[in-house]
Amino acid sequence: MAQPTTNRELTVGVGAGGLATADMVLNIGPQHPATHGVLRLRIVVDGERIVSAEPIIGYMHRGAEKLFEVRDYRQIVVLANRHDWLSAFSSELGVVLSVESMLGMEVPERAVWARTLLAELNRVLNHLMFLGSYPLELGAITPVFYAFREREELQAVMEEASGGRMHYMFNRVGGLKEDLPAGWLGRVAHAIAAVRSRMPDLESLIVGNEILRARTRGVGVLTPETVAAYGVSGPIARASGLNIDLRRDAPYLAYAGLFGEGGPGRVVTRTDGDCLARLEVLLEQTHVSLDLAEHCLDVLASLPQGPINVRLPKVLKVPEGEIYTATENPLGFNGYYLVSRGEKTPWRLKLRSASFNNVSVLSELLPGHLIADMVAILGSMFFVVGDIDK
Amino acid sequence: MTALEVTLRAVAVLAAFLVLPLLVGQTEHKVMAHMQGRLGPMYAGGFHGWAQLVADGVKFVQKEDLTPAAADKRVFRFAPAIALVPYLVALSAIPIHPGVQAATLPASAVFVLAIIGVGIIGTLMAGWASANKYALLGAMRAAAQLLSYELPMVLAVSSVCLAAGSLSLAGIVTQWHWWWLAWQAPGAVVFLTAAVAELQRPPFDMPVADSEIVFGAYTEYTGLRFAFFLLSEYAGIVVMSFLFAVLFLGGWHGPYAGALGWLWTVAKAFAIAIVIIWLRVAWPRLREDQLQRLAWLVLVPLALGQLLLTGAVIAVTGS
Amino acid sequence: MSGLVPGILKGLATTVRTMTKPTHTAEYPDAAPELPPRSRGVIALLEENCTSCMLCARECPDWCIYIDSHKETIPATTPGGRDRQRNVLDRFAIDFSLCMYCGICIEVCPFDALHWSPQFEYAELDIRDLIQEKDRLGQWMPTVPPPVALDEHSADPAELAASNKPPRAAGLVAGGRPARVARPAAAATTAAEPTPPVEPMLPPRRRGPSAAELVARASDIAEQQENGGEAR
Repeated sequence: MAQPTTNRELTVGVGAGGLATADMVLNIGPQHPATHGVLRLRIVVDGERIVSAEPIIGYMHRGAEKLFEVRDYRQIVVLANRHDWLSAFSSELGVVLSVESMLGMEVPERAVWARTLLAELNRVLNHLMFLGSYPLELGAITPVFYAFREREELQAVMEEASGGRMHYMFNRVGGLKEDLPAGWLGRVAHAIAAVRSRMPDLESLIVGNEILRARTRGVGVLTPETVAAYGVSGPIARASGLNIDLRRDAPYLAYAGLFGEGGPGRVVTRTDGDCLARLEVLLEQTHVSLDLAEHCLDVLASLPQGPINVRLPKVLKVPEGEIYTATENPLGFNGYYLVSRGEKTPWRLKLRSASFNNVSVLSELLPGHLIADMVAILGSMFFVVGDIDK
Repeated sequence: MTALEVTLRAVAVLAAFLVLPLLVGQTEHKVMAHMQGRLGPMYAGGFHGWAQLVADGVKFVQKEDLTPAAADKRVFRFAPAIALVPYLVALSAIPIHPGVQAATLPASAVFVLAIIGVGIIGTLMAGWASANKYALLGAMRAAAQLLSYELPMVLAVSSVCLAAGSLSLAGIVTQWHWWWLAWQAPGAVVFLTAAVAELQRPPFDMPVADSEIVFGAYTEYTGLRFAFFLLSEYAGIVVMSFLFAVLFLGGWHGPYAGALGWLWTVAKAFAIAIVIIWLRVAWPRLREDQLQRLAWLVLVPLALGQLLLTGAVIAVTGS
Repeated sequence: MSGLVPGILKGLATTVRTMTKPTHTAEYPDAAPELPPRSRGVIALLEENCTSCMLCARECPDWCIYIDSHKETIPATTPGGRDRQRNVLDRFAIDFSLCMYCGICIEVCPFDALHWSPQFEYAELDIRDLIQEKDRLGQWMPTVPPPVALDEHSADPAELAASNKPPRAAGLVAGGRPARVARPAAAATTAAEPTPPVEPMLPPRRRGPSAAELVARASDIAEQQENGGEAR
């Protein structure tokens, strides 16, 4: 697959001077219909074949890490759910988990299970988005409408609990902002059942479609070595055969039980490492997450009466020290390195986001492919530009 | 033919040319929407958004007509006309009722195929003259596509011509029998595939693939000129659907063909148009080289096989 | 079935099947969306409850709340009594072009002067018009829904839990939701005042119908303001 990346000039014998052809530099983005967001790719093409590619990022840099330093831990949650707007709940979670473990705080059990439930619903929402948008990039216009129909179903219950459709702002240090509404668990169960019953519609447009297979199979093969070298994580890494998932390997929340013996959780992997494998992992993970969410519902219904958060002091100060908390976000590892000097704001809060690493690998992956494949590969890297630029 | 009759026929074709594509376009809006669980346009015109495309047209007229500074201006401005007119001419040669067609030609099948091939020049001109990398890529893709679908299409049509013993579209319909449906089925599949490729419609819309090369050759177009390209796409669907109905579905054949023949032709063509829309809704897009592969390794052999079958059947039956 | 039917035909079948089913389009401007009570649409201000304490403005992550106030002295009503001072709110404005809809202001407000309303239709043609002053913010009050009933497994309200428990020790104590609890002390002091300038309202309890009452009262106040608010 590796193509010579040297610039070459081809001279065709037309007339005396000959016809010189040169490679063409093509800027895909920052405004381009294929790049969801403002990712810019500078590619050099020979005809339609890509000679080299360079992702140029930073168009959406918002200085999130610097802003964290001048905000207290509740205000940080506001910002933390915005860098990856499709994994808002999971990103909030990383912040509060860091603070809680620094404080040595015990979180009520109902809060743990409710957080797990919401995190998995958020994962389904995220995956549905990409299950809709990826076929769209391959020219199939219908899956996105089916995916959004299901998203709407889940967003409705998320909004009912948290008040937000994307930026939930529902995590607080010590638990959740407020308790779940009465009858909400039943409505979540109903929503999950509805999504499950209509998933075959979405799948029938994607799974086994010969055209889609032709476009994705064997395209953009990512080797496990490259995955390791670039720190690629999440569904993309698992599609290349890396059996890693923090929910199982470094369990937080209630995942230890869910991914333990006899639990509904399982880590979805593929070995091909191509676009099709990545899509398949995403699709199967959606089902696993729905299973997990259903299990959480059962547990929540069986838990005894209890609080969903911890009463906090007026001014929350985190003791001096540092901690790194990593969570398995829908798109991959999301880590917060929190350094506190005992103030009510962090001294430093470093954010490690999944999309940055996942997109960095593009320069390795794209050369040798056609422009049409570029779109197939780009879409299958499942990134959010806010998560790259932070 | 008197001057009046010529004028009347020309006006009739022009009217059909302006109305039918809009009808197909509106059908696409609505059919696609409902296939995706949506309602589609609901406001323009009041009743289920029937006037949406009229409103779109008004919008296009109001938009600024831009020509890029680096463009080859004359070619750039002329290209939409080249893309549009061939379909208008082709439409005039299609018979819709026994003895009813705008222009009576002895070898109308050949004429229509030839004139449709001209349309692609418009896309090429647009892509080259735009002085835009994406437009150039789109134009090159369109040109490559032309090479791959033209041959199977001609072969499929020639099979029907051979079966009917006529190069005239009206002659083909006259000779048509219902059992041709089975006999010419492979040719029909080849023709439909090639027609979709010619129209640059999904799954063969690589020349305009919006997620890859923005909008291909039409990237730099705005306003009315852009609208002409869109109109040519839908006029193309109309022409191809009519051609398919005439060549493979027996045109005006059907109950009460004497009085309602034209209705049968239109109904059959409309059904084909819906199929073309349906494909767009359900399928992703192929890659350019995969279309080439499909054309040379599947469509051409299939069309040749069809030709062989047609020849063999004629030889055996001796008709 | 999947082995026999080509995948591309399955897509065709699904799309046709969908065509025969009802659509899921929400015809928005014609049909209002049903939003849950917690929906964060717009922030409503109950001006009477505001003491200009500036907590919301300080806690706002992007400083989009503007508060101006001045102190007023209320002369003693009994001979020999002390004069009292109180804050008068001159300006309370939220710039919705900056607001991130996090709801921290509402959470920190100790007197329940701010409330979420699910209303969302306040788009403007000019970004400067997105700064809503206190009159405009007050107009949202009638649209504030009563708080939702909580899950059956939720902890008892803090008031109830507090009355059943011995005085709590310092530190982090599990139970209840932060803030948002009736402050008996505050209520007592205002009641003790001989002539309260504006009758303060008890914050809404999380359970029970008090919120509906609150909304009703808010609309009364809005009416009063319309009728003779200028006189003040």
